[in-house]
Amino acid sequence: MRYHRARFVAGFLALPVLLYVVYVIAPYAQAFYIAMTNWRGVSATPQFIGLENFRRLLDDSVFWRAVAHNGVLLVLMPVLTIGIALFFAFLLNVGGTSGVAGIRGARFYRVVFFFPQVLAVAIVAVLFQQVFQPRGNGMLNSVVTALGLEPIGFLSNPDIALWSVLGVLVWQAVGFYVVLFSAGMASIPRDMFEAASIDGAGRVQLFFRVTLPLLWDTIQVGWVYLGIAALDVFAVVWVMTAEHGGPDSSTTVMAAEIYRNAFQYFRFGYASAMGVVLFFFTVGFAVVALRLSRRERVEF
Amino acid sequence: MATETLPVSRSRLRAVRRARLGPLSALSHLALLVWTVLVVVPIIWTFLASVKSEDEIFGGAWSLPATLRWDNYARAWDQANIGQYMLNSVIVVGFGVLGTMLLGSMAAYVLSRYTFRGGRALYLLFVSGLAFPVYLALTPLFFVVQNMGTLPVIGPFIGLNTYAGLVLVYIAYSLPFTVFFLAAFFRTLPQAVAEAAFVDGASHTRVFFQIMLPMARPGMVSITVFNILGQWNQYQIPLVLLAGDKDKWVITQGIAEISTAAGYNSDWAALFAALSMAILPMLVVYTVFQRQIQAGLTAGALK
Repeated sequence: MRYHRARFVAGFLALPVLLYVVYVIAPYAQAFYIAMTNWRGVSATPQFIGLENFRRLLDDSVFWRAVAHNGVLLVLMPVLTIGIALFFAFLLNVGGTSGVAGIRGARFYRVVFFFPQVLAVAIVAVLFQQVFQPRGNGMLNSVVTALGLEPIGFLSNPDIALWSVLGVLVWQAVGFYVVLFSAGMASIPRDMFEAASIDGAGRVQLFFRVTLPLLWDTIQVGWVYLGIAALDVFAVVWVMTAEHGGPDSSTTVMAAEIYRNAFQYFRFGYASAMGVVLFFFTVGFAVVALRLSRRERVEF
Repeated sequence: MATETLPVSRSRLRAVRRARLGPLSALSHLALLVWTVLVVVPIIWTFLASVKSEDEIFGGAWSLPATLRWDNYARAWDQANIGQYMLNSVIVVGFGVLGTMLLGSMAAYVLSRYTFRGGRALYLLFVSGLAFPVYLALTPLFFVVQNMGTLPVIGPFIGLNTYAGLVLVYIAYSLPFTVFFLAAFFRTLPQAVAEAAFVDGASHTRVFFQIMLPMARPGMVSITVFNILGQWNQYQIPLVLLAGDKDKWVITQGIAEISTAAGYNSDWAALFAALSMAILPMLVVYTVFQRQIQAGLTAGALK
């Protein structure tokens, strides 16, 4: 029996561990080494150059613009998405006429809101490329021109393009968090709302005094998810924007620069150095987010 | 006022509350409707444009088509290869999810219900994969897969620009979350049934496949849905690993490519038809399975 057990454990783990080590662990480990080489081109032999790539990164204005854009998204995407999603989830779950029940049609709204989450980001990017078309054939600009205004360069104006990217990201993410927060709210005992409501709490008070504190754990999870998603933005920028992050680098992000440097310029060492920076940003964010949002947990 | 000290009936209390919240309720619906419009309109607009002619598309974004031009769909399917891309996606995701679920559940089961030296470390190794950004691994991954292509015998099947190569990578990158989620699920299952089976002489393998796996069904369904959507919607990894062979491209690459190419060939009508063909199956599947899909996608965050 003892022997069978060991053989069983080894047999079940062999293949998953092999695949995982070869395709996931090994590449991550190699990335840190490649980041310290001057590897360029497919056939060239890489030389170890220490931290030279990172020193060059400091002077790379395009990369720092990408970092800044990720920073903007990192702050605004979670704030907007969680804000809007909380608002809707609250309306859907406790916004009914009695003040404590769900609103009519809540199920319908949840189903509709969630749908963008099911679509591939690349598909959404192409969809919004058309929605944002600069002339009258664009969905939005046809409305803008009908109002007698000048067409807006949603993707062609460098001052606006990043906001368009942010809009698409929020558009796709909100539904997921409406459903997530709804599930969280559904687990809050109804009596809490009833008791507060009988004590004379209005909707605003219900939201800030009851819902928000009891939902804090779920919000914290959403905040970490969205922050990491904001650091990993790629497909929307690469597919939707002009020149894959343009115009004039006005929407580029770290992931796009990594891909561009590795697979268009074939600067493998340099691109890996960017990857290492992105890695530390991600870890740093996760630590900070968990620290900042730590609070007394309300048991119920 | 006096009402605060007097005992009032529940129905009266409710009426008071309704009066206070009434107009707000209308506003709630308005806010919800605005977002509904924001979600639905771009998609309906795409469907509308997919049956318009080129002139109609440029004539006015909101004009209705004179006749329904289904030939846009035919052009997208044949010339833009949407049919081929769909098939490629189905093949890759089919085998990818099957492999992920099989290997993921095996690893999760052993790691969660058997104690052995290094078991905890292995589990943490799998879960740590959740924290890494995939972009860090992109360059080395490309060369790992390229080197796989030089292996004797199996090399040609698992190198760059192969279905199996992509499937293996999908499985490997789906394992962290699958193992993390299923291990938590297996831990909650009772031990008694398995013990009874062992006493009756069942092997470990048999207990897993015939007893534990069926008991873990709700968890398996959620995570299968999660993996199907995740792998179907993947864009970054195939972009790197299938770059050299257009015939193997998956649907996300195909659609993204048409939008870039449309700038030059300007077959906008076919672009909208292709876009609609990519959205429609998701819409149908989502309408039918929306309960499972919502549960599957949010499962991870609620754990």
